[in-house]
Amino acid sequence: MATPLVVSDVAKSFTMHLRDGVTLPVVTGVSFAIRAGECAVLGGPSGAGKSSILKMLYGNYAVDEGQIIVQHGGGLVDLASASPRTVLSVRRHTIGYVSQFLRTVPRVSALDVVAEPLAERGEDREAAREKARALLAQLNLPEKLWALPPATFSGGEQQRVNIARGFITEHPILLLDEPTASLDARNRDVVVELITAKKAAGVALLGIFHDLDVRDAVADRVIDVTAFGAGKIAA
Amino acid sequence: MTDEPLLRVSALSKFYGSRVGCENVTFDLWPGEVLAVVGESGSGKTTLLNCLSTRLLPSSGTASYRMRDGQWRELYRMSEAERRFLMRTDWGFVHQNPADGLRMTVSAGANVGERLMAVGDRHYGRIRATAVDWLSRVEIDEDRIDDEPRAFSGGMRQRLQIARNLVTGPRLVFMDEPTGGLDVSVQARLLDLLRGLVTDLGLAAIVVTHDLAVARLLSQRMMVMKDGRVVESGLTDRVLDDPRAPYTQLLVSSILQV
Repeated sequence: MATPLVVSDVAKSFTMHLRDGVTLPVVTGVSFAIRAGECAVLGGPSGAGKSSILKMLYGNYAVDEGQIIVQHGGGLVDLASASPRTVLSVRRHTIGYVSQFLRTVPRVSALDVVAEPLAERGEDREAAREKARALLAQLNLPEKLWALPPATFSGGEQQRVNIARGFITEHPILLLDEPTASLDARNRDVVVELITAKKAAGVALLGIFHDLDVRDAVADRVIDVTAFGAGKIAA
Repeated sequence: MTDEPLLRVSALSKFYGSRVGCENVTFDLWPGEVLAVVGESGSGKTTLLNCLSTRLLPSSGTASYRMRDGQWRELYRMSEAERRFLMRTDWGFVHQNPADGLRMTVSAGANVGERLMAVGDRHYGRIRATAVDWLSRVEIDEDRIDDEPRAFSGGMRQRLQIARNLVTGPRLVFMDEPTGGLDVSVQARLLDLLRGLVTDLGLAAIVVTHDLAVARLLSQRMMVMKDGRVVESGLTDRVLDDPRAPYTQLLVSSILQV
């Protein structure tokens, strides 16, 4: 099967109980599918709900309505209604996520931060570190930083650690939330190479890219999020 | 991953006279899973923890535990002796105040060794070697093995309490505010240590805390309690990133940004 991710009629709003229960609609009627080997890009201005869609696909945000069907472990799972335990299993084996910001754990080295997702999937720790080294080198992160915890790294350095962590596994679906936001041109090109390699390996990718050069280089098509607008968003 | 939970809790309630301790709590816990129970003081989270660990008997409801031989046992129908044995071997309980979980007037080594003797180990050399190993895993220098915990700092006492609890290879650990009362640098070190141990040993844990950052770092799942009831539960990052219940929104919005 070549369509590992199908989203149909998903809606999301926030109810702010601390503001007298004001409801902020975010998106409604979100429907699309991503094929294996394809990179689709969510397009639209800030506030259109692009990040919210990614967060729903990763289970960080609850889904009000609709279905998110993922091919997982030989079956189909609806992430919109899955139990926490199922979502965790999907994250471990099926959906990878590169966020904009790295959430660091004190005292864990950059190398182990990158290797962790592989180790979690039961791979040998030293083999995982070897792959992590290769990725960090490819992303031009200075070797002297590898043994340090990334908390004190610059924004661009942290982002490269984050990218390496997201790309190290062989998840069949990969979500990218502005992976190139704080990178220089040389490292942007590396990310484009990494994405191209994932496509060739049959991974289904869905991303947000504000950088038009990167977007043009990787996107097979753009999904216009404003079409899912749930009316004007109250300020 | 196994397909069977380790602990099944159903409609658990505890009343103190007419006052509610905790009410109608239901959940399953799987092996290797860390569940955080958060809420403010008086929300019933410690009452719940004490009921689950059988330190307190609930007013109604059931909790069943899957023993090592695969048999399901109802916790509140076991004899006192059976419960104590479970508590000493297959479970651990990390108290907020280390003095509640340690014997303050015997040596650090004996504090760790005592749990081993409780499961039948009698070989002094082996007990001591295991104690040394565990002290190093919780980053206590070997030359402190004969000191009493009275002579330890708060952070060291807490790490010793953790070693004492984990030495018997428990499958389920209860923790009551494990980082409460420690200063932040000591807290970070302890959290990091706990996180590593939980992952390496594949422990299941129920962690009571009022600190959402601790919950985020340690747990995969979370229950938010208020006035003795569970007001919201789910994946930890889902509850924290997209809180739905009014009380959870209040909690999350009250976090100070550093």
